[in-house]
Amino acid sequence: MKVIIRNPKRREIEVEGKRQVRDLLRELNLNPESVLVIRNGALLTRDEMAEAGDTIEILSAISGG
Amino acid sequence: MRCIKCGEKAIMELPRHNSAFCKPDYLEYFETQVARVIRRHRMFDRNDRILVGVSGGKDSLSLWHVLARMGYKAAGLHIHLGIGEYSSLSYEKALCFSRQRGLELFTVDLAKEHGMNVTELSRTLRRAPCSGCGLSKRYILNREAYERGFDTVATGHNLDDETAVLLGNILHWQIRHLARQSPVLPSTGGRLVKRVKPLFMLTERETAAYALLHGIDYIVEECPNALKAKSLLYKDALARIEAESPGAKQRFLTHFLQDAQPRLQVGADDHVLRDCVACGQPTTAELCAFCRMWRQASERAEKRKRYRETASAREMKTAGEQS
Ligand code: SF4
Ligand SMILES: [Zn+2]
Ligand SMILES: [Zn+2]
Repeated sequence: MKVIIRNPKRREIEVEGKRQVRDLLRELNLNPESVLVIRNGALLTRDEMAEAGDTIEILSAISGG
Repeated sequence: MRCIKCGEKAIMELPRHNSAFCKPDYLEYFETQVARVIRRHRMFDRNDRILVGVSGGKDSLSLWHVLARMGYKAAGLHIHLGIGEYSSLSYEKALCFSRQRGLELFTVDLAKEHGMNVTELSRTLRRAPCSGCGLSKRYILNREAYERGFDTVATGHNLDDETAVLLGNILHWQIRHLARQSPVLPSTGGRLVKRVKPLFMLTERETAAYALLHGIDYIVEECPNALKAKSLLYKDALARIEAESPGAKQRFLTHFLQDAQPRLQVGADDHVLRDCVACGQPTTAELCAFCRMWRQASERAEKRKRYRETASAREMKTAGEQS
């Protein structure tokens, strides 16, 4: 799957196979309390499965200043 | 995961409330929380004119959106800080939002008003940009609200902002700041307008989700100075605690406000307020912090200009003598 991370700088990575959102975040070392996970414009809960062909967007919800 | 209200598929889970919601029920949850906070803390009512500080980020735009939806009379104020691309984009987002919804937006341009933007101010004073920026934003928001006859100033500070400030104040034992930290700062008379934070019981993640679900186009980019700010470090630390212990942030803040803060009030605010001789805003000194800062900045800029002029005159003179 393609994973687009906006933290807030945009970067794109490829992840092999399918994963539960919760596991995907753990692998990427992202705190589920600090991000929103989006697929095709819809929010995903942590128990959802991100499939191999998906494009997943991870949006950081934390801002500084 | 299922919505705890209707059993449909959930799109947002909230471990701190041990719940999950579908889209319509999430939006309702969010608005109910805001309405409850406004009522419980007597922030404002339908007759009040509210000025929302609008940066163009998710929190301020969500706040403006939710207040307008609830039928409050809320206008926006955007302060153009002049921090490169970030500020231009922020202004664009705020302007677009207000135009699309037919809401009134006022703007103040810092550089036009004071001859210096946040970046130049910070260079001139050799001070971290956030200190001059924060002070200017607070001051201008209050001044505009007062001069335009608004009853209340509302800002988009959320649970993460408030807990990060609380943690910072505790780490440095800023007793005076701790005594004043509150979701409602009443007007102490004169030119000080009442200040409220209707989103202070909602997390940044919840505000971001609200903005997203309502199709609010906000600025995702960060202010380039934010990375230097300590608040990100504090937020990160708190987010780790929250992940292990859901609800920790909210308990940290509400118990502070209920149990600890009342004990700090006594004697903490023993200084007398008077009018700033330059602008009339309440202050404990002769000049308020804002006027003091800008006076110092313009004095330094003037001094530098004179220095440069004499230096170049000297150079021209030496060049003339040599030829
Ligand atoms: S991060 Fe600092 S400089 Fe940037 S907008 Fe916030 S307070 Fe101002
Ligand atoms: Zn539901
Ligand atoms: Zn003043």
